[in-house]
Amino acid sequence: MTRLNEQAGHHALLDFHLEYIQFVNEDSEWVAERPSFATDEWLLKAYEYMVLSRVFDQKAVALQRTGQLGTFPSALGQEAFSVAVGLELQSADVFVPYYRDHGTHLLRGGDNAMSNLLLYWGGDESGSSYGPVQDFPVCVPIATQITHAAGAAAALKIKGSDQLVMVTIGDGGTSKGDFFESLNVAGVWQLPLVILVNNNQYAISVSRDKQCGAQTLAQKAIGAGVQGIQVDGNDVLAVSQAINEARTRANEHKGATLIEAITYRLGDHTTADDASRYRSAQEVKEAWLKEPIKRLQTLLNNLNLWDSDKEKTLQASSTNLVEEQVDIYLKTPTASAQSMFDHLYRDWPDVMNEQLDMLADKLERN
Amino acid sequence: MSQAIIENSATDDISEGVLLDAVNLALHYEMAVDESVVVLGEDVATNGGVFRATVGLKDKFGFKRVMDTPLAEALISGMAVGMATQGLKPVCEIQFMGFIFPAFEHLFCHAARMRNRTRGRMSCPMVLRAPYGGGIHAPEHHSESTEALIAHIPGIRVVVPSSPARAYGLLLAAIRDPDPVVFLEPKRIYRTSQQPINNNGAALPLDTCFTLREGTDISLISWGACIPDALMAAETLQQQNISAEVIDVATIKPLDMRTILSSVVTTGRCVIIHEAARSFGVGAEISAQVSEKCFLNLLAPVQRVTGFDTHMPYFKNENYYLPNSEDIVAAALETFKE
Repeated sequence: MTRLNEQAGHHALLDFHLEYIQFVNEDSEWVAERPSFATDEWLLKAYEYMVLSRVFDQKAVALQRTGQLGTFPSALGQEAFSVAVGLELQSADVFVPYYRDHGTHLLRGGDNAMSNLLLYWGGDESGSSYGPVQDFPVCVPIATQITHAAGAAAALKIKGSDQLVMVTIGDGGTSKGDFFESLNVAGVWQLPLVILVNNNQYAISVSRDKQCGAQTLAQKAIGAGVQGIQVDGNDVLAVSQAINEARTRANEHKGATLIEAITYRLGDHTTADDASRYRSAQEVKEAWLKEPIKRLQTLLNNLNLWDSDKEKTLQASSTNLVEEQVDIYLKTPTASAQSMFDHLYRDWPDVMNEQLDMLADKLERN
Repeated sequence: MSQAIIENSATDDISEGVLLDAVNLALHYEMAVDESVVVLGEDVATNGGVFRATVGLKDKFGFKRVMDTPLAEALISGMAVGMATQGLKPVCEIQFMGFIFPAFEHLFCHAARMRNRTRGRMSCPMVLRAPYGGGIHAPEHHSESTEALIAHIPGIRVVVPSSPARAYGLLLAAIRDPDPVVFLEPKRIYRTSQQPINNNGAALPLDTCFTLREGTDISLISWGACIPDALMAAETLQQQNISAEVIDVATIKPLDMRTILSSVVTTGRCVIIHEAARSFGVGAEISAQVSEKCFLNLLAPVQRVTGFDTHMPYFKNENYYLPNSEDIVAAALETFKE
């Protein structure tokens, strides 16, 4: 704690501290005791989904490069973060995503999670018609989702539910007013809310050190009376541990938790971005040494849970799954032009008939 | 057709009240019959709202359903999106329309689009109430009327009542509507006139203008606090043997042009009156549609009586900004010039 200037009337008031969670370091060594939830089966499931997420991600980028998908935000290198969120979400929880949560969607969105994501990024609204009825669709306007999550958490509390709302946000999003307003209400209303910051070090081109003057993003929680914690976001166990602790806190009616997960965006911001304009190849090379999939693979090897044959089989089955989903996506017929009117209001305003007729005329001309 | 079911209630419960009382009665009624309705906003619970529109709700329904939010308008509308998607029907109060702008992102980018972007999987049945308009000598930023900004956005309904009874029925309809509704309460007429309000739970349609006075020579089209002025102007015109029809648009978006057009086709003359700034307003939209659809029925060019394209003046000069019945009469007489 800062020493006081007692001569000028200063007195001790409050002291804060912040913790960091890591179980497995970048050399795949245990730096803390293996937690009980991380059974062999759990570790293998986490690994399989992280690999699937990466295979999907790389395929999606390839589809974009060949003109078969719109702009796509790669989640390369952030698989541990989003898979941990997916693993820890309970079926009746509410998931409020941002736009780089592909790994979570794989665990959350059912059999067609991938084809639905492709539909969304491929320009078809039907991609967001999937998933648990309470989960939100992908959210593009930065940080807006966090106020929706606060509202959903308030709704759960009003209804007396024991479930949680989990919301994801990037490091850039923590600069926005919506972030602070939501954090504030989460603190004062003790909301059952877990705010997960994927601090991948970049908001498009603006690096973390240019985004915020605080030493951590987790400490933003302190000003709102919310529990904050930082975790190694490339350690799937650390992210899960933090979420589990947050759930316990919420269940004990102790309110919300802000989890800052330290990751690194190994890819471009989106397929429309060129990250070489603003960061060095050397920096990216160093980040690859900490990436989550290799780290977990080595751990599994060390635990005698994995070998090269299993790896080959997993890569092949993941590729097959992704290709099947790509096939569904590519074969999904484009919705009719009139579908832009279908879900505007539940109750059709007759005054809109004229505009339907205008579209029909336009279709006839084309 | 819109849902807008007019219910025949078994029990009439009629009391005299002003527009503000009607808002309060409707909120009480709907919270009592529908447990999913919650009220949130700044100062709405303990204080009962700065205009007292929500007085009594906290005592009757508790803090769980009547929530004093932190002072953050974006948060209020954003939380309403979150609540609405989880089965609640949030009715939010934005304290003054001048402070509604931070709420727009959630209203426009999420509430208005949620049904469409999820192909109907999710929706946002929420109401944003806001006192609006000038004429009460309020400080800066407390007298705005920017309904056109909201009406421009697809997927939202914009409703403006102009009498206690219509405020009651339209607010019930707004709360029951399955899509987001912005309900703008003209505060200049919050307390100006009493009227019997039947607290019987009957909603009014959200897709129909109200013809308040029938006439054959000219159509006066308006909404909100300008309606009493339009009715007064019609009375003055009557003394000059001009029969004016007065239409309360009430539901700005979607806009019921059928009622307006059928009136203008009959009268051949049209004056549109609104308090908001002149250019790019709702009046411009109505005028455009009148010229598109019944140009050949017009006996004179359409007239608009509006606020100016200036900032709302501070209150010492606000009456020079606001349209009044003399302005309306003058515009109406203009349409009779050879």
